[in-house]
Amino acid sequence: MSIHDFKESNFIPGNGGLDRKVSTRPATSLSCAKRKCFKMLDESPEPGWLSEEVKTGTTIIAIEFDGGVVLGSDSRVSAGETVVNRVMNKLSLLHDKIYCALSGSAADAQTIAEMVNYQLDVHSIEVGEDPQVRSAATLVKNISYKYKEELSAHLIVAGWDKRGGGQVYVTLNGLLSRQPFAVGGSGSSYVYGFVDAEYRKAMSKEDCQQFVVNTLSLAMSRDGSSGGVAYLVTIDKKGAEEKCILGNELPTFYDQ
Amino acid sequence: MFNTPDHHLGGVTFNGGVIIGSDSRASIGGYYVSSKTINKLIQVHDRIFCCIAGSLADAQAVTKAAKFQISFHSIQMESPPLVKAAASVLRELCYNNKEELQAGFITAGWDRKKGPQVYTVALGGMLLSQPFTIGGSGSTYIYGYADAKYKPDMSKEECLQFATNALALAMGRDNVSGGVAHLVVITEEGVEHVVIPGDKLPKFHDE
Repeated sequence: MSIHDFKESNFIPGNGGLDRKVSTRPATSLSCAKRKCFKMLDESPEPGWLSEEVKTGTTIIAIEFDGGVVLGSDSRVSAGETVVNRVMNKLSLLHDKIYCALSGSAADAQTIAEMVNYQLDVHSIEVGEDPQVRSAATLVKNISYKYKEELSAHLIVAGWDKRGGGQVYVTLNGLLSRQPFAVGGSGSSYVYGFVDAEYRKAMSKEDCQQFVVNTLSLAMSRDGSSGGVAYLVTIDKKGAEEKCILGNELPTFYDQ
Repeated sequence: MFNTPDHHLGGVTFNGGVIIGSDSRASIGGYYVSSKTINKLIQVHDRIFCCIAGSLADAQAVTKAAKFQISFHSIQMESPPLVKAAASVLRELCYNNKEELQAGFITAGWDRKKGPQVYTVALGGMLLSQPFTIGGSGSTYIYGYADAKYKPDMSKEECLQFATNALALAMGRDNVSGGVAHLVVITEEGVEHVVIPGDKLPKFHDE
């Protein structure tokens, strides 16, 4: 039985007041004692959340419009078959007008986001103005590429800056690529067809928000690792606006 | 040995009939395309087709046996077989040989009793009737599209458009699906086979 650190993430602003703690394996001594109890009382198998890595099996999406971006995510965090957090906000702030969407291993993704948040703060003080979205994406890409063997997280970086307007960057496996829209996470496989068919260039802000909500709803209904509520962040020149759409307010389709 | 690590196929009911469709690629190990124009829609009776997924060899062997059993059954009954009967024959074969086989089927057809129907027989031998269904490796990419766009009681043209779009989207994202799109429209009047070559498939925003 190897020993693992008990990691606790900080309270991250922009969560709407939700305090989120996502841990990797709990302290060894505690889990050993519990395991012995289980074995003595009944021979039930160990619960998944004691031994499985915590992943944000997820659906995340980001899309550009003229003047900004819309990011969306679901809220389920799973450890094996157990849902350990059903209200996690996977849209993490990197700077005032730059957010990133987390997927993959929860710990890895959160750590990358925190590191880049710090690096961007330093960078923006050095240049004396708001950082570019491309700079934030490059910082994420540098970490993803350098530690690509150890990490298993994919972040989509999106935001607004005065030079390029709304921009969406994917940083999967250490590549850096700008795209008009991007989907990621385990739930994204089920909605590739939908986003390919429905995306049109030059959509308005409201159309983009509706597109994101529809996509999230479809993915959450098919992917076992995605679910809960939908979080939306709309970023434009004026700032970032966060929104949470509860499960029963999501759009439904023919079989629901 | 031809082996397809799945591909893409689907069956949809509409007002008065059913459409079953698939791509046409067979590959070995996902690296080598062994056939660009294989037809995965097998006619097992006059108004019943089935669509094969998984290992092509297994699927062809099973459909050959099923075709024989269904025609024998229809001679005994002195009437065309029910779609459910055809699907059940496939299911029995899949379930009883589940250790050796690796093939799934979508059976679609029309019969006098229940009209147009679609059944899926999954890998282990589960039989399920649905208004529409998709299967194969390419199907994961169009679950969202199919859920969003399917409506009950479509007309034949709407249904053809839905099936063609779904196939085109799946072939665009899945590397082991491709080639031409085969579609078969089955109604009480008869059977119509439509083939859409790759360059005539609908294009989407990034093409």
